[in-house]
Amino acid sequence: MSRPSASTSSSSRSSRSRYGKEVKELQDALNQNKIESKRDAIRKIIDAMTRGKDVSMLFPDVAKNMETSNLELKKLVYLYIINYAKIMPDLAVMAVNSFRKDARDKTNPFLRALAIRTMGCIRVKLITEYLLDPLKESIKDEDSYVRKTAAICISKLYDVSPELIEEQGLLKLLDNLLNDGNAMVVANAVCALLIVQESKGTTMLKLNPYIIQKILTAMNECNEWGVIYCLDALAMYIPEDGKEAEAILERVSPRLNHNNPGVVLSACKIMMKFLDYLQNPETIRQNALKMTAPLISLLSLGKEPEIQYVALKNINLIIQKRPIIIEKDIKVFFCNFNDPIYIKLQKLEVLAKLANNDNIQQILHELKEYTQEVDVEFVRKAVRTIGRCAIKLEKAAEKCVTALWECLKTKVNYVVMESIIVIRDIFRKYPRKYEMILKDLCENLKSLEDPEAKASMIWIIGEYVDTIENADTLLANFSENFKDEPANVQHQILVAVMKLFLQRPNDGKELIHNLLKTATIECENPDLRDRAYIYWRMLSTDPELAKKIVFTERPTISDSSYTIENELLDKLIENIGNLSSVYTKKPESFVKKLRDVLNSKIADKIDDVYDQDQLMDGRPEDYSDQQGGQSNISDNIYDTSSQIQSQVQQSQIQQVSQKIDLLELDDNQPQQQQPQQQQIPQQQQIPQQQQIPPQQILQPNQIQNVRVPFAEVLTANTPGSQTQIQGLSIEAAFQKNGDKIVLDLRITNKTQDKTFSEFGLKFNKNPFKLQPDSIEIPCQPVFPGQTQVTQSSINTNGPVAEEPPQMPYKIQVALKTNLDVFYFFIPMSLSVLFSSTASITQQKFIELSQAQNIARKQEVLQIQIDPQRMKEKLERNYFFLIGVRKDERGVELLSYAASLVNGMPLLVNVIHAPTAINLQLQVPHPTLMPLLYQAIGFILTLN
Amino acid sequence: MISSIVFINHKGEILIYRVYKDDITRSETTQFCAKIVATKENKECPIINIDGTSFIHITIKDIVVLATTKVNVNVAMTLQFLYQLVKVCRAYFGGEFDENCIKKHFVLIYEILDEVMDYGVPQIADADLLKKYIQEGGLKPELMNDVEKLKQLTSQATGATSWRPPNLVYRKNEVYLDVIESVNVLMSVKGTILKADVAGSIQVKCLLSGMPECKFGMNDKLLMQREPRKPGQTTTDKGITIDDLKFHQCVKLPKFDKERAITFIPPDGQFELMTYRITENINLPFKIMPVYNELGKNKLEIRVKIKSIFEKNLFATNLAIKIPVPKNTANVNTNSAIGKAKHEPDQQGVIWRIKKYPGDFEALLRCEIDLGQTTNQQPWIKPPISMEFQVPMFTASGLRVRFLRIYEKAGYKPTKWIRYITKAGEYLHRL
Repeated sequence: MSRPSASTSSSSRSSRSRYGKEVKELQDALNQNKIESKRDAIRKIIDAMTRGKDVSMLFPDVAKNMETSNLELKKLVYLYIINYAKIMPDLAVMAVNSFRKDARDKTNPFLRALAIRTMGCIRVKLITEYLLDPLKESIKDEDSYVRKTAAICISKLYDVSPELIEEQGLLKLLDNLLNDGNAMVVANAVCALLIVQESKGTTMLKLNPYIIQKILTAMNECNEWGVIYCLDALAMYIPEDGKEAEAILERVSPRLNHNNPGVVLSACKIMMKFLDYLQNPETIRQNALKMTAPLISLLSLGKEPEIQYVALKNINLIIQKRPIIIEKDIKVFFCNFNDPIYIKLQKLEVLAKLANNDNIQQILHELKEYTQEVDVEFVRKAVRTIGRCAIKLEKAAEKCVTALWECLKTKVNYVVMESIIVIRDIFRKYPRKYEMILKDLCENLKSLEDPEAKASMIWIIGEYVDTIENADTLLANFSENFKDEPANVQHQILVAVMKLFLQRPNDGKELIHNLLKTATIECENPDLRDRAYIYWRMLSTDPELAKKIVFTERPTISDSSYTIENELLDKLIENIGNLSSVYTKKPESFVKKLRDVLNSKIADKIDDVYDQDQLMDGRPEDYSDQQGGQSNISDNIYDTSSQIQSQVQQSQIQQVSQKIDLLELDDNQPQQQQPQQQQIPQQQQIPQQQQIPPQQILQPNQIQNVRVPFAEVLTANTPGSQTQIQGLSIEAAFQKNGDKIVLDLRITNKTQDKTFSEFGLKFNKNPFKLQPDSIEIPCQPVFPGQTQVTQSSINTNGPVAEEPPQMPYKIQVALKTNLDVFYFFIPMSLSVLFSSTASITQQKFIELSQAQNIARKQEVLQIQIDPQRMKEKLERNYFFLIGVRKDERGVELLSYAASLVNGMPLLVNVIHAPTAINLQLQVPHPTLMPLLYQAIGFILTLN
Repeated sequence: MISSIVFINHKGEILIYRVYKDDITRSETTQFCAKIVATKENKECPIINIDGTSFIHITIKDIVVLATTKVNVNVAMTLQFLYQLVKVCRAYFGGEFDENCIKKHFVLIYEILDEVMDYGVPQIADADLLKKYIQEGGLKPELMNDVEKLKQLTSQATGATSWRPPNLVYRKNEVYLDVIESVNVLMSVKGTILKADVAGSIQVKCLLSGMPECKFGMNDKLLMQREPRKPGQTTTDKGITIDDLKFHQCVKLPKFDKERAITFIPPDGQFELMTYRITENINLPFKIMPVYNELGKNKLEIRVKIKSIFEKNLFATNLAIKIPVPKNTANVNTNSAIGKAKHEPDQQGVIWRIKKYPGDFEALLRCEIDLGQTTNQQPWIKPPISMEFQVPMFTASGLRVRFLRIYEKAGYKPTKWIRYITKAGEYLHRL
């Protein structure tokens, strides 16, 4: 049967009447009795639908044909109905009876399954109710094909009307399907539970050893897709101990030989995660090595390129976590001539990671080969990779520089430009070591179209003004077009000419004069103008100091800008094979639904952080690089190379970029709340200092952190935010438990007839980035009159609020329950936030206490306590004694210090008086002052 | 999970559009279509994210097969599923997969799409199985009312051996084994081997009655070391080292993991039992020895000598050696004692074809290349010389099938046929 040509041609504007005629014809055909004409008509309709034409006006005519006994026709009608039911809910009700009838067909299981499957796709709330009975029956159908369809159908209906599904106990039925005798039914039930779990935001698939066994058994018998859902579910399990982890690994590792790459990667996901639970290094090694060959096979020639791409992205993560897995097999990552470009670029990424002193020769040889290829992007990245190797491997740097030297000599424009950019970084890493290539560098001044290359070249000239004899002429040439250059080139010209003048005043005098004049008078770029002004003033006041500032030592650069920070890496390892691993992003940063679940209960302002979606367009490739750059803003010289400047400017830019990041990034960004580490001149030691080793390593069982008393945070007469339900009373306290922070909640149900359950917890963003480890609170339902106490662990990886903590310091919390969402504030004692690991040395203490930007205050605490007891109390709460000294009057001064979980130091000098203690508090931010005072009082009185 | 599956032609027109979850709009997809048309497809990454929607696609000739999603889907599974979907379509369309047959069979494709995926979750995507209950023009009414037959079908579809229907009967029980190896090699200018590997596959055509249990054995070193040595037997064949094996879903993986034994209940008909990869001790069937000379500004000479390194009684067939030439090549004079060599401008190379080539034999081709005037100042980037061939009854890896044992209740003795063939994969020599 051929495709109807009439409808294809009717797309023009003038054919409206003809279109109407066509619709009429189709209507007639549908209303005829002959099955052929009906089938023909509906084929034409589906065809039009595919091409995006609106054929919804035919709904009544099409729906009439539902009750046909012809299965092919029926399927086509269903397809049509699925498409239009949402916009015509009233008409969709017409279909219900037919579904109910088909779902109870005695003979044909395919027909029953088709009805169940299709009715789930009609996402109209109105009719969901009618579908519940047939669905419940189908869960108990004798045929496994129907049951496996029913399992998925529950997850479909859950997305339409979650309340109804929960009320009707369908989730319980779905849970029961995990015990089904048929493996495919079990696999689909697992999958359906995971879908519900995702939209609900709470754990639905309760993984315990019994369920784990069920899943492992099902995995042996279901088809390849089922194996993948089973593996993905297993990957979420947290094994109780190493033994259990090993037992599961034993069952999972055979899957590495499956020919479906999805199965292989999902198996790797479990293995990578569970290896962390094993203790015996040899077992770890053996298990890790099992992955090597299967992973490499994913890259063998003839494998689909898209799959190779996903494999490469994942290998890149895997080798960062466990380099042992791929050590020797570097050849597989050599680019094939016919590889698509996206694979070649990924291979370079992996090669750079694998490079070490033993294989660098071989890798360099390949990289040099690539620099001769045609694809510009690939060639540039190859050159860049040579540079990365040079910076990563000090011993091999010379070989890499030689390779780059050869690149320079090719005179191929983009090769030369990229080489210059890379050489600039090498010069930064190894100053004054490879001056021999300066001559060849200087021969390539003409061809620098790329601003970054040009800026790099000028920086190099500036850096070596003393070595390059004609630096003045070269810079004079560059300065000629100063006004037309892009900003980064202008900056570099300014800096380089400044260097020239400071080193060779006679050669640079005229040049700097003219340049400063142009920059201050004619330039509109405020940064540039300000810098020119600063230079000018520095030169006119103290040229020696100017020299010191301009030629100051720069922070070193390293290859670490390409590594993923550990916390993100672990998250990505849990997502091996998933989109997250390809984007190198946490799932919630690109999945709106996850974000919605996370945020739905919390005030709107949190959304702002996420809403600026990073993934606007372009290649995911960019994200990983971006990621690398972001995670290392503190030495961002490598990526944003135009920022090679004197350190003063550097820190300015750093501040600026930090601020921008706070607004735009997801929460991967390590927050840098440390005080700006200014250069503090070393001053003389404080006299009579007694060394006391800080006692940091306390045995866990000795730790008795101060217990913060419960505070009533929600009273029973406070209504919830949505349904205005009252009667929930909550007392809460943040506690320190060993080195962990926990939140204790005492939940009391003061209603007469309601039961609260399914508690979920979310914090508003706060200055210390606190957030619960999981949204879900491990708590049984609270019946009327009952009280339950729960504990949730808290981590410090949440989003950050920019305003500093206020006194009293409280955290806004949203508590979700089955009935409503409640908002309240929980007070927080600073004592909970002292870091158990960070230590402040005596040296650091002195440096910090003399810093300029630190707030100081004297306080008196009316309390009688002997020094030894006080020391015990404070140290138990991670406030360590750093030193004891006597001042001029012979009064003993005890120095204590603690770090907050975000790294901020807190310093206290204590003088004991007979009835009180004098405290001299030093904190990086004045708002912390009252909080610290409160915390110390708290520890000393309560503990 | 996956939100929709879309087939798109090279102009960016939607050919098939099946939505599984209603979190995606058609306009999001058309936006992606515009992007494909606008850019060169090969440059484009297979996985991109536009405004929160992930587009995962593969390209089969002119057709883009696309899966969209809004969640953190298992992308390895998704890509494999798309390939499997194409495989299913090909199985229905007699191996074809192009715009014409998609348009012609669009109703059938929708029916398949309804079955292979439910709410974005892959379900049953085995072509042989699907063909049993999805057919163009609908199933026969007899089947529709045959309760027993239907039951058997559904239990096969969801059962542990979904790939094999029960109660098969063949008058003559036969098994055909094909060991097919592709050799991939990259040699440097100087002729040192930069990388070499063999990607092999064992194709089985199974015409067996009942539910046979098969056990397959080859000269796998690890397996042979486990076997107790029979007294008096001298083992010359120590076996070969196989880097990695991948099996059809019918092979019992736990058993392989424990005993390294390959056991399975085979599907009916043709299937790929396993693929394997070998990187050690590869016997390269051909050596390429090129010499490159610039004879002046507008003249090049390339001489290529090839040598076969396998036994004299074997023959390689269908050799094609491609010697790249610059874009501005005006004329090529070739000279060889064997085969035919011709400059093919559309391939930017001289193709030297030889129908049949004996073992342990050397041949030489000499090409004189005249270059035309060109404005392009960049030096010629020399792509590698590539080679195609087939060598029957030869395995580059040295792999041998040692046994295929078949156990069936009926106790029949099937006839077994084994063939070996080695082909060139990417057989490259840098110039």
